[in-house]
Amino acid sequence: MSLLEIKNLHASVDGHEILKGVDLTMNPGEVHSIMGPNGSGKSTLAAVLARRESFEVTAGEALYDGKDLLAMKPEDAACEGVFLAFQYPVEIPGIGNAYFLRSAMNAIRKYRGQDELDAMDFLPLFREKVKLLEMDGALMNRSLNEGFSGGEKKRNEILQMAMLQPKLAILDETDSGLDIDALRIVAQGVNALRSPERSFLVITHYQRLLNYITPHFVHVLVDGKIVRSGGPELALELEEKGYGWAEPDQVPA
Amino acid sequence: MATAVRQLDQYVEAHGDLRAQRLKEPAWLQRMRDQAWHEFRAQGLPTTHDEDWRFTNVAALERIPFRRAALAAVANPVTIQDIAACRIDGALCRLVFVNGRFAPELSELEALPDGIEVINLSEALTNENLEAHLGRYADRERDAFVALNTGLWEDGALVRTRRGAAIDRPVHLLYVTASNGAPVMTHPRTLIVAEATSRVAVVEDYVSLGSGQAFSNSVTELVAGQDAVVSHYLVERENLDAFNISTLRLQQERGANVHSHSILLGGGLVRNNVHPVLAGAGAECLINGLFVGAGQQHLDNYMLVEHAQPDCSSRQFYNGILDERARGVFHGRIVVHKDAQHTDAKQTNRNLLLSDDARIDTKPQLEIHADDVKCTHGATIGQIEEEALFYLRSRGLAESEARNLLLHAFAAECLDRMKEAPAREFVETLIRERLGEMAARHSSKRREAIESETEVAQSWEEVG
Repeated sequence: MSLLEIKNLHASVDGHEILKGVDLTMNPGEVHSIMGPNGSGKSTLAAVLARRESFEVTAGEALYDGKDLLAMKPEDAACEGVFLAFQYPVEIPGIGNAYFLRSAMNAIRKYRGQDELDAMDFLPLFREKVKLLEMDGALMNRSLNEGFSGGEKKRNEILQMAMLQPKLAILDETDSGLDIDALRIVAQGVNALRSPERSFLVITHYQRLLNYITPHFVHVLVDGKIVRSGGPELALELEEKGYGWAEPDQVPA
Repeated sequence: MATAVRQLDQYVEAHGDLRAQRLKEPAWLQRMRDQAWHEFRAQGLPTTHDEDWRFTNVAALERIPFRRAALAAVANPVTIQDIAACRIDGALCRLVFVNGRFAPELSELEALPDGIEVINLSEALTNENLEAHLGRYADRERDAFVALNTGLWEDGALVRTRRGAAIDRPVHLLYVTASNGAPVMTHPRTLIVAEATSRVAVVEDYVSLGSGQAFSNSVTELVAGQDAVVSHYLVERENLDAFNISTLRLQQERGANVHSHSILLGGGLVRNNVHPVLAGAGAECLINGLFVGAGQQHLDNYMLVEHAQPDCSSRQFYNGILDERARGVFHGRIVVHKDAQHTDAKQTNRNLLLSDDARIDTKPQLEIHADDVKCTHGATIGQIEEEALFYLRSRGLAESEARNLLLHAFAAECLDRMKEAPAREFVETLIRERLGEMAARHSSKRREAIESETEVAQSWEEVG
């Protein structure tokens, strides 16, 4: 069974239609990349899948693990194993990183009928992932993303992902604004999580990230629709020829 | 003028009853009370035409027939079980007052260490001369409520630390109102004297038992001697019909460091006056507050920080959380006198409004007569950010839990400034309960909204 099956998905925000019929099927263990120009609807797709309520689904469906994803609240989707790495992670003063992460893990464990983790169970795991993402341990005792650099925020997203162990991880332009070192660390974090059960939807504007995270499939999203799909070579072709090449009126019949 | 015809019979009656009992009080105190009473009669209660009371209407205090609680014929109406939950773990002692009167059988004053005296005020007056401090600081000429309190107080607390004494555990002053139906008034009076280089923390805790209407009009004078370090906590958690007017007057000598923490969680109409005077060079004060209101609560914070001497610093941080139709006021006035060079004064007021009907009025006011000073102020008003809420939910936290976490984070800024662990933990528990209650109410918001439409509701500003 496929992990995610999106059919004819239409979504609007404030009455403007952004997604105009997206079809996408992902199997367990697959890495799919969605590329597209600014404003094509990439981040909207990510937000709809993570169940952001300000986006209205006007038509279509999305089955996740055989369940109606679009009927879920954000927290239910998260507990079912959907994870969104934010393009712009939010700073929340007054909530400690580690405290927050343990609360999130325990919310998910509770949903799944597992015992909650106490600090003793949590800390060794947490320290291991902090090391994997080459994060400053002292930073993690501070408030959530507060005073973090852009790169630190993105690494913190991947750290959270590594802790929460989702089945479907959606990376929304995680590479944008990263220097080469941060990009390498983020990619390393993602690659460490690749497994036959876990799927990734990697949304990016640039081909660069895909040098580090090799996708099985690349899809080109233009004006709310997937206009081309292919293998990793499609990303290179896009890089060379630009998005104009992939737009519908340019595609040979 | 409207004030001329106001009768204020309930207060006049109380004054008449009390005069007879006062003949054994020292002459200076009798004079002060007479003078104060004269001031009160001349001023009457403030109205919203008074600039300092623009946002808070106290006309109900005139209309409602508040009485002093009847002197209990038999046993005290409040038992130790009733207040069992009102305990601060790790407190040094607990002085309990019921309806403004000392309740020795409920108090715990055993084995106080050397260097500190904790006693009820009327008892203290029988063998100590308090003329040097009592009534010397709170301004009964400008403030009708101070005048009223001075005229009508029956009892209260005296906390005094001797030179150099370091008292690690906080003193708990518990002021209970227990009305069995009839509206009851109390005018508690507290005097805290921290002699030079001593250190102490005092928690004034206002609670009500039962759902009756009460009016507490308290005045606290806190004198911090040279280089003394004092923390004062005001905890207001009375029922939603309660009126609570409190005045904290801080007098700080050279190098004294005072922290004032106000935590307003309960009460229907609350006015929290904090008035530090930095009267010695190099004094420092921190004025920290959190007010949390829902329903029809009206929570007014009136800060007047006076820099009277050079090289003093003051920090004001007030955070407000208001839901439903609650209304908050933050009035922060900083006065820098002519000689107070190198004053460093800062004021910040942050507010979260959780409903469209909640309201905050925030008003900074700077009055600077010196030329070498640094004064800054800032206020923000916001909602819970949808972005932050979604972020937390996207990690698996239920909406109510995420909301609660965000509110708690906002309140935590105030908690972090409280240095005495027993007091902070006590306050943190109360805040957690209050925010939990609010988050739970929020999730059933729709149902509540419909119900409140049918309530006969008047905001305090419209009354009278």
